[in-house]
Amino acid sequence: MKNRFTAMPKPVKILIWVLLALFAYALPLLEPPIISTPGVDFGGVLFTVSIYCLVALGLNIVVGYAGLLDLGYVGFYAIGAYTVAILTSFHASWPLLLAIPVGVVAAMVSGIILGAPTLRVRGDYLAIVTLGFGEIIRLVAVNTEWLGDTRGIKNIAKPPGIGGEEGWFQIPHLFWGDGTVLLDSDDKTTFLFFGVLDQIPYYWMGLTAVIVVLIADILIKNSRVGRAWEATREDEDAAELMGVPTFKFKLLAFATGAFIGGLAGGLYASRQGFINPQSFLLLFSILYLAAVVVGGQGNRWGVLVGAFLVAYLPQRFRDFDDFRVLAFGVALVLLATLRPEGLFPPRRTVRAKHLEQELEELEEGAGGEESARV
Amino acid sequence: MNFEFFFNNLPELTITGLAFGAIYALIALGYTMVYGVLQLINFAHSEVFMYGTFAMLWTVMALGGREADGIKLIAIMIAALFAAMLVSALIALVLERVAYRPLIKRDAPRLIALISAIGASFVLAELMGLRDRIAGWLRLDDDLSEYVSGARINNSMAGVIEKPRWDVAGVSISSIDVLVIVAAVGMMVLLDQFVRRSRLGKGIRATAQDPETAALMGVNPTRTIQLTFLIGGLMAGIAAFLYMLKIETTRYDVGFLLGVKAFTAAVLGGIGNLRGALLGGLVLGVAENWGSAIFGTEWRDVIAFVLLVLILLVRPTGLLGESLGKARA
Repeated sequence: MKNRFTAMPKPVKILIWVLLALFAYALPLLEPPIISTPGVDFGGVLFTVSIYCLVALGLNIVVGYAGLLDLGYVGFYAIGAYTVAILTSFHASWPLLLAIPVGVVAAMVSGIILGAPTLRVRGDYLAIVTLGFGEIIRLVAVNTEWLGDTRGIKNIAKPPGIGGEEGWFQIPHLFWGDGTVLLDSDDKTTFLFFGVLDQIPYYWMGLTAVIVVLIADILIKNSRVGRAWEATREDEDAAELMGVPTFKFKLLAFATGAFIGGLAGGLYASRQGFINPQSFLLLFSILYLAAVVVGGQGNRWGVLVGAFLVAYLPQRFRDFDDFRVLAFGVALVLLATLRPEGLFPPRRTVRAKHLEQELEELEEGAGGEESARV
Repeated sequence: MNFEFFFNNLPELTITGLAFGAIYALIALGYTMVYGVLQLINFAHSEVFMYGTFAMLWTVMALGGREADGIKLIAIMIAALFAAMLVSALIALVLERVAYRPLIKRDAPRLIALISAIGASFVLAELMGLRDRIAGWLRLDDDLSEYVSGARINNSMAGVIEKPRWDVAGVSISSIDVLVIVAAVGMMVLLDQFVRRSRLGKGIRATAQDPETAALMGVNPTRTIQLTFLIGGLMAGIAAFLYMLKIETTRYDVGFLLGVKAFTAAVLGGIGNLRGALLGGLVLGVAENWGSAIFGTEWRDVIAFVLLVLILLVRPTGLLGESLGKARA
């Protein structure tokens, strides 16, 4: 499957990608029966999925590529969201398109400020320091009146649309009856107006951000920077000896991750129109990390699938609302014990694992006895 | 900032802080020992503690602790202590069996063990938080209504025990605080001696230092890991008992913040280091209490984390340095 795809001529490949992207854009209009979420607005669910995808891609750079365990990623997300909220509503009234870049830069700067001293600390300590950072951000927001304390911030600016409330044109949704498919003329999405009821334009915005970040991700991963990250993750000392300034690259990974987290936070704040510290609980850091690890850290496609699962499944199965967290926990334990490398491990990991197994078999053959392992 | 209040009440603040710190330290032991032996962050340890608090609460309820006094109350409390220890230890062992051992056998990456632990933590907390529904399915909700009701709110045992305050040289001291500090420090000293001197303790330290060589020398690694979880569970049970004596309320998600704090304490003192856990816990507890007196209670948790970041910047391996094996060979 994979080989056949790589063997195709380039124009065909591009065509397939474009078709896939178009399908992704059209998904909320199609509302396919099994995927669609009864009882919850499908566009809204897809928007959440796109934000999770964005966050997972960002966290994947930190955890998957550079191998830095970050348990406070929601902190950057919160900084992006709060910056946008403050600039567009609470203390100023900037347009959103100006506020989001500022929010993203603020998140990135906070990433550098946090990373510069702490990235010298060993891996597991980094986990707890970042966890502390995420909590500090939230608690500061809770306790500071200037940041709207527990009441949060309202009336965050919406993105500017095209052509006012009527938009350029309106697109009808599909309606799936019993065996028939109809165009539903009562249910239309305006292109392109960011209102309160229809979530689909926000999903398009989120999806566009995901695609841009995805392309950047591919370019970075295949560059010198990506290779430096990988080398640092596998063996820091060896990488340093080979002339990789590991600290700088770790900091770069941290800042890039924070950048994407801030972007996701800004988009989220603008869609929601309202944020309060409850949106930035430590639980979300854990969910994001779960998305990355479930999908297979280091593999961007796997991570996207992971993000989709983590964001979508709880919405799809709303009937089991109370048991969502329980089911999620069971799924995590099962996944960890049955597929420790994640659902879709990167090819490199698979190869390394095979090699290790071969070596082990050789060793056992020579020793003749099973080696005692812990 | 309220420095006047702080200086006027310094002794009281310190003693309450030490009592909190002692509880943190007892929970921190579970993190630190597992980390020392397996290099894993046992994220679900906080739930081990939470189950201990409920075991304590329910034992007191079942034995009629509210009406009892004198000798009978003391007997009930001792029973509750053992129940908490037993339940916590059991949960810890189940955790090891279900969430960790399959991973250790397969030599899984360490991050995935953390995910497994997070999953187990969710499961344990939610099972407690949904106990009314589960009892409903099993048609036990009528018989057990006293125990399963209020699954998502605070469950209290306030008023079961009196807490006399002593006046020592003009300083009012809560007797419970003293009990908590003495008991926790006593347990830590006992445990420290156990790990230092006993044969099993030597096994733990050997495995922490070099698992393969320890196995070659006849230390059963699986047993050792079980023992580590068992000890962590017992200590969490004691911590749960003392916590319930002091705070008197618990909830299905009480473990989360306490777990984070206890882990912070373990890192603060140097993870993998038993004495470090005690020191880290006490420092954290006192700093938090002093800090919240000065800046206001709403900054309590911020102070804890800022302290952690600051100490790690100056001493990247914690106050006393890490390693269960090396430090006290």
